[in-house]
Amino acid sequence: MGRLIIVLTAICLVATIALARVYDITKGPIAEQERLRTVSAIKAVLPAFNNDIDKDAKEVVVGKDKRDRDIRMKFYTGKRDESPVGMAFQVIAPDGYAGDISILMGVTPEGEITGIEIISQRETPGLGNKILQEGWRGEFKGRSLEDGPKLAVKKDGGEIDQFSGATISPRAVTNAVKRGLEIYRKEFNHGG
Amino acid sequence: MADSNVASSEIAELEPVSGASWLNLREVSGDLVRGLWEEIPLFRLVLGMCPTLAVTTSAVNGVGMGIATAFVLVSSNIMISLLRKIIPDMIRIPAFIIVIASFVTITDLMMAAFTPELHHALGIFIPLIVVNCIVLARAEAFASKNGPLRSTADGLGMGLGFTIVLILLGSLREVLGNGTWFGMPALTGIMELFNYEYQPMIVMVLPPGAFIGLGLFVALANKIEERRKGKK
Repeated sequence: MGRLIIVLTAICLVATIALARVYDITKGPIAEQERLRTVSAIKAVLPAFNNDIDKDAKEVVVGKDKRDRDIRMKFYTGKRDESPVGMAFQVIAPDGYAGDISILMGVTPEGEITGIEIISQRETPGLGNKILQEGWRGEFKGRSLEDGPKLAVKKDGGEIDQFSGATISPRAVTNAVKRGLEIYRKEFNHGG
Repeated sequence: MADSNVASSEIAELEPVSGASWLNLREVSGDLVRGLWEEIPLFRLVLGMCPTLAVTTSAVNGVGMGIATAFVLVSSNIMISLLRKIIPDMIRIPAFIIVIASFVTITDLMMAAFTPELHHALGIFIPLIVVNCIVLARAEAFASKNGPLRSTADGLGMGLGFTIVLILLGSLREVLGNGTWFGMPALTGIMELFNYEYQPMIVMVLPPGAFIGLGLFVALANKIEERRKGKK
């Protein structure tokens, strides 16, 4: 009985030490990869900027969830030669066909969309995941809350294309983007 | 588990009686080759179905998943083989699981750090290698009874066999379902030559495509095996 305990404990101990070492070695590179992912996505949605995007980021409490906890959103400000060109922030579409779709969107100080990027999604390949296509995402460029009801998929009376056989995914993204614009207007009082 | 025990004991009988030498090349190469056909995990043992069906939406995913699994198989086989005389029988399964889980976590962290794209594509299925029955089956049926060299060969053979099938299935699904192969235009390119746009068979990248593809491959493998036996 004693031997069983000793052997198993020894194995666990060695495994723990090994894992701790590997964790230490990979911690830096993993954090760096995450940062690169974010930065390259921000680059894709904002006009050219030349400031340190990580430093010019701030977290804002935008509301409360059902359990009364703060919902926080991180806003990255892109500046070119010190004048702001836009803000990038992430919105979640909870009503995708297969789980959450997270979207990074860029908005000018005037409240116009400069671009959207899909960060993660699990929509049906070949149908819903056409939301990844650049052509479709381009339809959001230049739109703002002033478009009113036009900022919706065609089936809902708007101007954004849906795909044949897949309306849920584009609708979820469009609605999330619209909510994003509303939050942006509320927090920063821009865009009419 | 029971199946693979039976299989490995059958193999043991087939193997030539070896000399006393610990390094028997015929034995080692036999261990290596066995995983490539006779006991190729997905076709003959039909083990490790879950990650196979889930990740083989593209050929690249197949390569990544295959290599990750092969690495875990070889490392855990070596470790368990070295520890086989120290680990008491009663606690061998928990001990195996700890060894396997550690190597899987190492693989997961390494891939996240150095191959982020692939890690992102394979997602949850890397940590899930822990519960891939091939790994525990080889630990229990082979590595816990044989020396490190033969266990390495066994892990390598099984890992390669697994990888090959994943690449085959990933290629089939990607070519038919997306028109590309390893991200390069395949069917799409051919159709373009004739000025047509390739309409992908979307079903192949969806879950049913995995079952259909794997079913066809298993049927083909059985046919080939039948022929082979018939000739003997």
